[in-house]
Amino acid sequence: MKIRIKFAKQGAMKFVGHLDIMRYFQKVMRRADVNIAYSEGFSPHQKMSFAAPLGVGLTSRGEYFDIEVYSTDNSKEMLKRLNDAMVDGMEVISYRLLPEDSKNAMSIVAAADYLVCFREGKEPCSEWKEKFEQFMSQEKIEILKATKKSEVLVNIRPLILSFDVRVDAIFLKLATGSENNIKPELVIDAFCDYLSVQRKPFDIMSERLEIYGKSENGENIPLEDFGKDIL
Amino acid sequence: MRKLALSDEILMSIEKPARYIGNEVNMVKKDIDKVDVRFAMCFPDVYEIGMSHLGIQILYDMFNKREDIYCERVYSPWLDLDKIMREQDIPLFALESQQSVKDFDFLGITIQYEMCYTNILQILDLSKIPLMAVDRTEDDPIVIGGGPCAYNPEPLAPFFDIFYIGEGEMVYFQLIDKYKENKANGGTRLDFLEMAAQIEGLYVPMFYDVTYHEDGTIKSFEPNNVNAKNKIIKQLVMDISNTYYPDKPLVPFIKATQDRVVLEIQRGCIRGCRFCQAGSVYKPVRERDLEFLKEKAYNMLKNTGHEEISLSSLSSSDYSQLEGLINFLIDEFKGKGVNISLPSLRIDAFSLDVMSKVQDVRKSSLTFAPEAGSQRLRNVINKGLTEEVILNGAKLAFDGGWNRVKLYFMLGLPTETVSDMEGIAELSEKIAELYYQIPKDQRIGKVQVVASTSFFVPKPFTPFQWASMNTKEEFLSKARIVNAKMKEMLNKKSLKYNWHEADVSVLEGLLARGDRRVADTILYAYHLGCIYDAWGESFDNDKWEQAIAATDIDMDFYITRERDTDEILPWDFIDVGVTKQFLKNEWKKAKEETVTPNCRMKCAGCGVAKFGGGVCFENKN
Repeated sequence: MKIRIKFAKQGAMKFVGHLDIMRYFQKVMRRADVNIAYSEGFSPHQKMSFAAPLGVGLTSRGEYFDIEVYSTDNSKEMLKRLNDAMVDGMEVISYRLLPEDSKNAMSIVAAADYLVCFREGKEPCSEWKEKFEQFMSQEKIEILKATKKSEVLVNIRPLILSFDVRVDAIFLKLATGSENNIKPELVIDAFCDYLSVQRKPFDIMSERLEIYGKSENGENIPLEDFGKDIL
Repeated sequence: MRKLALSDEILMSIEKPARYIGNEVNMVKKDIDKVDVRFAMCFPDVYEIGMSHLGIQILYDMFNKREDIYCERVYSPWLDLDKIMREQDIPLFALESQQSVKDFDFLGITIQYEMCYTNILQILDLSKIPLMAVDRTEDDPIVIGGGPCAYNPEPLAPFFDIFYIGEGEMVYFQLIDKYKENKANGGTRLDFLEMAAQIEGLYVPMFYDVTYHEDGTIKSFEPNNVNAKNKIIKQLVMDISNTYYPDKPLVPFIKATQDRVVLEIQRGCIRGCRFCQAGSVYKPVRERDLEFLKEKAYNMLKNTGHEEISLSSLSSSDYSQLEGLINFLIDEFKGKGVNISLPSLRIDAFSLDVMSKVQDVRKSSLTFAPEAGSQRLRNVINKGLTEEVILNGAKLAFDGGWNRVKLYFMLGLPTETVSDMEGIAELSEKIAELYYQIPKDQRIGKVQVVASTSFFVPKPFTPFQWASMNTKEEFLSKARIVNAKMKEMLNKKSLKYNWHEADVSVLEGLLARGDRRVADTILYAYHLGCIYDAWGESFDNDKWEQAIAATDIDMDFYITRERDTDEILPWDFIDVGVTKQFLKNEWKKAKEETVTPNCRMKCAGCGVAKFGGGVCFENKN
């Protein structure tokens, strides 16, 4: 059986990197007595795969990984068991059964929502809200991207799927995954270039809110909606 | 949510920020307003090393079982953060509460190896605690040291208020109760230290005066305070199956050196290897009950989620119920994706059978520790392993499909000759030849024999505590002799030889057998910028040499000089149970190349029977 798990990563846990979060959840599976499937061989490992690595320093309300299990209790019971095995700052939000023929989360990831907020005193300019709207109204937003041999100009405007300037933050829906992938950092880099200001170090705090997968009819839907709660 | 001691900006600009945030699985949380005593437990090395240490896990669990005590952890900030904390004047903090160490009642430091001594000063300095105990005030925590290096605390004497000699499970609660009593009575720091000095096993260095002869040896070592004892008796847990051991060890986020459940099956060792300090100071061997171990193994795996369990002891093959324990672990956990990691077991039919069950034979190697290259020298050091046993073990292993062998030796042992050194190459060669006696069609590729040598450092409370230690030049020339001999061997392509730099070993020798005067050298080296001396990337021998010269330390006096057995040694005030007379006899027998049987074969009368338990009383009920 394939299970998709959604979790949040908050507070100090943002300093724990992706590989360590994977190791953390491997141990969670044992503490919570999840009947997870193992690979064959002399040193068997758990069948577990993460949707999209989250950078160190970012918090999230919508991270995902898939596991394979031999058997499971209902979602409510599993959520309780998993959350009993969590540390402060980590919370399991959903535990859902996927159809048997589902592709794994990583292969269908298409977009992610972010909330980017400037730290006090680190805003690029005082009228950054209006400026950001203007920045986004451009037809092209070109950035220099280093390749193995040289640098090429890449237009990232199409990769910013939507945006919303809020009271004290910028909401961004960004292309994510193996085909197209950009991070909030890069958008802010481009924004500062547009303003012709030097970026201040540690100017933003970012949070990932949700990750979307491309459904069969081409729609971006939250990864958890590919599965169903086990009742 | 807790407020972190370090800003996001700092945490994002250093390596592995997860070292400093705490919050690990099984971290103990307490309300600081509801505890009476705050204890900061420190391992003075980087987080990944410190978190791998079993002793701290045991004491963390023990202290926190008491509601009135909150024990938190402190590790050395890595070089990158160390620099930032000094520049920005950020005080060192404990991981749990993220609050300053300076505000704690106690700072307990475990002293596991000599090369962490400058890190102890780093910890004190970053905590803003005066480095010298005499400079501390009522506002400073009581600084207490323990662990194996506390068996010669003298080079660190001025930096500590108290040393705890022995195993931590014994008298800490007595000490803390005295602390509370003293606080309630409005007593001073000095009052408390006087109370502490009366507890068995606790040594308050400022209550002792040392005088020296003209030749530099100790003339007298006397208490200067009526409360201080003449002899400090090491504290041992005698009921080892009925004591503190965590059910919920801490689980770090980042990969620690020891990323597994550690099951300590026994303490002490029945063998009397004459170079081994642990073998001497942890005598007598005390086995934990099999049922106790089964329960702990089960609970710790369940509560940590670790995917591996490892047995720990000085010589696991001597644990009398090893077979039952290993079979239990395999039956109970192997099918649940838990790896069983075996410590270096004696290679025999049983251990090979077990190893083939729990690890991939093709990927693993066999380890032997002959320690010396010839039988003669093995008799000197009382290492019971014979060439015959090694070759039989290797033969069995090769038949079982293994083709990689690791051999550990020491160079610089007392009485060592060129033929002992060359014996290292010859033994390696014999093992390789044994492999090639197997018919070609039954071999799996080539054999690989890796021999490694470390340099022998004489340690207190061993029969070699009086021995001369080699100089750096002598060590390196010995390594070259071994290396040259390796190259002469027929199967030289199957042999590999490793040796280390000798600088650190010589310094370790100074710190291991040093007296109070060496404290000046440590302090000087620290002020020159020495920290993390155990780490190749930060060890700076030139600075140490500068410190040695500036503090008038005669290396010949501390390193190469053979001590007279009548001399007062800096650590003589400690009673570890093993008597000085026994050590003298063993030193004599070593020179006569005579072996002493192990504790189970025949009691050698070392003196530890006075503790009233362990192997000394096996089968005597």
